[in-house]
Amino acid sequence: MTVLFGIFLLTLLVITAVAIVQTRNLFVAVMLLGIFSLLIALNFFILDAADVALTEAAVGAGISTVLFLGALALTSERERLGTQHRWLSLVVVTSATLVVLYATFDKPLFGDPGAPVHQHVAPWYLEKTPEYIDIPNVVTAVLGSFRGYDTLGEVFVVFTAGIGVMFLLSAHSGGANRRKQEASGIGLREHLIPRVVGRLLVPFILLFGLYVQFHGDYGPGGGFQAGALIAAAFILYALVEGEERTLAALPQSWLNALMVSGALLYGGVGLAGIVLGSSFLDYSVLSADPIAGQHLGIILIEAGVGMTVTGVLLSIFHAFAARDQA
Amino acid sequence: MDIFLNLLSWVLLSAGGVFVLIGGIGALRMPNLYTRMHAASVTDTMGAVLVLTGVMVQAGLTLATIKLGAILIFLLITSPTASYALASAALLAGIKPDAGQAADRTRGS
Repeated sequence: MTVLFGIFLLTLLVITAVAIVQTRNLFVAVMLLGIFSLLIALNFFILDAADVALTEAAVGAGISTVLFLGALALTSERERLGTQHRWLSLVVVTSATLVVLYATFDKPLFGDPGAPVHQHVAPWYLEKTPEYIDIPNVVTAVLGSFRGYDTLGEVFVVFTAGIGVMFLLSAHSGGANRRKQEASGIGLREHLIPRVVGRLLVPFILLFGLYVQFHGDYGPGGGFQAGALIAAAFILYALVEGEERTLAALPQSWLNALMVSGALLYGGVGLAGIVLGSSFLDYSVLSADPIAGQHLGIILIEAGVGMTVTGVLLSIFHAFAARDQA
Repeated sequence: MDIFLNLLSWVLLSAGGVFVLIGGIGALRMPNLYTRMHAASVTDTMGAVLVLTGVMVQAGLTLATIKLGAILIFLLITSPTASYALASAALLAGIKPDAGQAADRTRGS
């Protein structure tokens, strides 16, 4: 049954992908990308990867769509025709596809228990998580502690991306700030129903974000998902109440501080491991009891991840919105 | 008792599935944007309510039922708002709710 459902979803995924390539209307393409993300999130979910599904749904279908729409407001709605080398691209794409298809023959079959991914380190993680870290969600244990270096790298990738986008987009922020005063009346502020419902939902989305943040040890969730959800709450507030009031509630300087302090908190927890006499990102020494130390370390680094992701996503959103009105 | 509960949730889930199907057919077959939205909103309201209630019956008195109830309330608040926002945006964009002539115009966009 799961296989049948998976094949159905994957077929829909291919149809959506073809539709994205086919359409010339960029607005339609953005909406289809959102559908694509939801479909792949469902796929992750039926493969029991609830953490990844939550991330994909929150970031792929939620925040990315908003950012794409923000980018779309700066350009035209229709894709420009007139690529010169269509045959060349077709040849490149076809040969690349064939190579990838050929490579899949070497891969283990779907659900094969003898696949390297199930044989290499995964059994060890599953076996040792109760002993070393003692939290129910093994994904969080792997992400936060066993593979803490990888997650640190991801946080710094997000951080660097945020800095890059802010450098690129806030080049004319002086002019944008002046114009923003004039444009603040535009938006959903005139519409009572979305405004009332939006304002009603914001605290609940924030609460859910915090739940996902701090419940990550026990259920699906963690810093990445929570950061996206909290950013989504503020973006909703910006959509119904306008940019200006959102920036008054959470100024850009605070967002910068969030970005930096999140990454610093993660790195600092890692350094604390060295200072207390063990290796980088070893949380066992943070407390007298190694398991309590692991818990503390994971809570702290997840908080760092959440802060950086929230700060970066909101900064990117504000950077797009400021360009929009310039 | 178990059979009764299973039967109840079976009826609820099937009825929800029928409403989702009707909504899907309507969204494909209706002539213009507003009638299509009207058909699609069946999926959001009756479809979602019946399917979620059916799942709640299966879950019994657990934490999952409370979570499903929260999702239900969330959907019942947000989807009419989304429909309203969509319809009002369409009206602002100049699509007239006129069943006779709007059929061709919306197909182009």
